[in-house]
Amino acid sequence: MSKYTEDDLKEELKTKEYEYGFYTAIESEKFAKGLNEDVVRAISKKKNEPEWMTEWRLEAFKIWSKMEEPEWANVKYPKPNFQDIAYYSAPKKKPKLNSLDEVDPELLATFERLGISLEEQKKLANVAVDVVMDSVSVATTFKETLAEKGIIFMPISEAIEKHPDLVKKYIGSVVPPSDNFYAALNSAVFSDGSFCYIPKGVKCPMELSTYFRINEGGTGQFERTLVVADESSYVSYLEGCTAPQRDENQLHAAVVELIALDDAEIKYSTVQNWFPGNAEGKGGVFNFVTKRGLCETNAKISWTQVETGSAVTWKYPSCILKGNYSVGEFYSIAVTNNFQQADTGTKMIHLGKNTKSTIISKGISAGQSQNSYRGLVQVNSRAENSRNFSQCDSLLMGNACGAHTFPYIESKNKSAQIEHEATTSKIGEDQLFYCNQRGIDTEKAIALIVNGFSKEVLNKLPMEFAVEAQKLLEISLEGSVG
Amino acid sequence: MLKIQNLHAEIEEKAILKGLNLSVNAGEVHAIMGPNGAGKSTLANIIAGKEEYEVTQGSIELNNEDLNELAPEERAHAGVFLSFQYPVEIPGVSVTNFIKTAINETRKAKGLEDMPAKDMLKKIREKSELLEIDRKFLSRSLNEGFSGGEKKRNEIFQMAMLEPKLAILDETDSGLDIDALKVVANGVNKLKSKDNAVILITHYQRLLDYIVPDYVHVLHDGKIVKTGDASLAKELEAKGYDWIKKELV
Ligand SMILES: Nc1ncnc2c1ncn2[C@@H]1O[C@H](COP(=O)(O)OP(=O)(O)OP(=O)(O)O)[C@@H](O)[C@H]1O
Ligand SMILES: [Mg+2]
Repeated sequence: MSKYTEDDLKEELKTKEYEYGFYTAIESEKFAKGLNEDVVRAISKKKNEPEWMTEWRLEAFKIWSKMEEPEWANVKYPKPNFQDIAYYSAPKKKPKLNSLDEVDPELLATFERLGISLEEQKKLANVAVDVVMDSVSVATTFKETLAEKGIIFMPISEAIEKHPDLVKKYIGSVVPPSDNFYAALNSAVFSDGSFCYIPKGVKCPMELSTYFRINEGGTGQFERTLVVADESSYVSYLEGCTAPQRDENQLHAAVVELIALDDAEIKYSTVQNWFPGNAEGKGGVFNFVTKRGLCETNAKISWTQVETGSAVTWKYPSCILKGNYSVGEFYSIAVTNNFQQADTGTKMIHLGKNTKSTIISKGISAGQSQNSYRGLVQVNSRAENSRNFSQCDSLLMGNACGAHTFPYIESKNKSAQIEHEATTSKIGEDQLFYCNQRGIDTEKAIALIVNGFSKEVLNKLPMEFAVEAQKLLEISLEGSVG
Repeated sequence: MLKIQNLHAEIEEKAILKGLNLSVNAGEVHAIMGPNGAGKSTLANIIAGKEEYEVTQGSIELNNEDLNELAPEERAHAGVFLSFQYPVEIPGVSVTNFIKTAINETRKAKGLEDMPAKDMLKKIREKSELLEIDRKFLSRSLNEGFSGGEKKRNEIFQMAMLEPKLAILDETDSGLDIDALKVVANGVNKLKSKDNAVILITHYQRLLDYIVPDYVHVLHDGKIVKTGDASLAKELEAKGYDWIKKELV
């Protein structure tokens, strides 16, 4: 009889190979390793940046030089040697393209392997793709449709050139360089990223989407994303990524800033699938991300994320609910396997009156991984009638992994209503047998149970992303049952 | 259809089945009765392939195929269905999604395409009407917060959808009110044919008033110790098990 026990399952999860492990041989140009003022200047010069931007970077570099890497997260990893990283890498042949025919066939092949071919995406329509390949955008589509509505969606380096006033006004306004170690580093050396501006009263007619890839061995990736939704506008922004298999640790320190002005709404969805390291816990991406949004009066920001990758994840998409009646939401699925470590969560800072926040966090741990939820709900003394609801559920597979919940609540206003619920469960033999008995094999059963567990969050994702996210959940938790 | 010979099985080195024999032909209904802890659910679980139990001796064949060689899902594909005594909850997975997955996985194992959505919907409508199940019920998470009776009715709904060759109903009648019992029994009767067989595990005669068995077996201490026709159940209802136990010594 072919037996399939939880031990087999655990074994299988351990040997699960990284499915998207490959990397493209596109020629690149990159700086020598190391970081100092000259490197910062050189990056700025390479991008033809104006004086103010160079100064801003240098200021950030000064701040960073005086900072220490934080230690408080529930993760352990060898500290990156920041002088052993090349801070700039760009494809040598930088094509300016109008159609896919002009795209490097190697790159197209890469996208095909990822299952995100531009061709398909174009046909699917409604998705404009700004592809970030090794720090520099190499293809931008659907620009014209967006331009008609006055929507700006372009690489941030281009925005610095073409819309300096907007960038200058908002960059660093939500995440100042001094915010934390990684944010300061990012501010000094970011090489690319996306900028998005939705004018007053405009509902963006399509999901805006960026695919990030880390592609050059030993190159840190420092993306900078800035999304500004002007009054009464709406935008849904998708971010997703995979990375090639690597033997050395790759540092990723992105900054994402969202600004939702009065009555505006921003939906920001992420599917993240970076190389998590092999079964022994070697290699894998270090992902230290600062994501924060600011809500003015009656504005709303929703963060939805599906995190399956990275060796070490440190990430807290947050909302500053500054305006009265503003709303912040955080929906998250974090999967850890093998030796992955994730310390993720959110901060909801209630400043305005009648502000409301919702936190739904689903942690799935397998192998010997550690999955921590860390959330802060802070209610300011002036934030009358603020409300928060938090729910943190953990699903464990096997006995070697860990799930941890660290909810912090700081309330300085008596009228605040704060609710927190937490559950921990295990996929049971009985559940698996029940599914098996109905003709569903164990691999499919796990996918079914995990999808059920994650449903409230998956439902928040845009349709086409939800399908991809389900696939990712399956990939990261299942082996080929043999 | 089903042929069990000299079956011995244990769990955690405790012997539970001790030389059990049972033959079930297509078109037949068998009832298995017996005191608590006799091994009835164990037998059902072993036929379905639950791996905690170790078969130490004997054989189980379904249509001349050795079931011991098959994984639980392969047995399901071969037409074995178990209505659980205690159905488990799967949060976030709707009844519809679950049964759809079960049907399509079974089809996939047979090299068939997914069932077209139209046919699936039609079938769901038909079977839910047969078992008088409210459509709203089908979008709820599987067994989560279901009442005892609802769980049992849902098991029979799944059976109706999957159309098994051999259905084993483990105390499906327990927890059903009188009306529900009639609905479920009627459903089972409608699904019965000359090509399939049903094993009813029950403690009560009242189920057998609606689904009349061809054979009634008494399982005691890991063995079938007595077999009779429908009248045996009535006798047990009146006299209990003691007289059988006494006959054995
Ligand atoms: N997983 C298990 N671990 C230990 N003992 C078990 C296990 N499963 C069954 N048993 C034991 O095996 C014996 C038979 O149990 P089983 O559930 O088959 O009885 P049953 O005839 O179905 O009883 P009931 O009428 O109460 O449902 C019991 O003594 C029970 O405690
Ligand atoms: Mg029983």
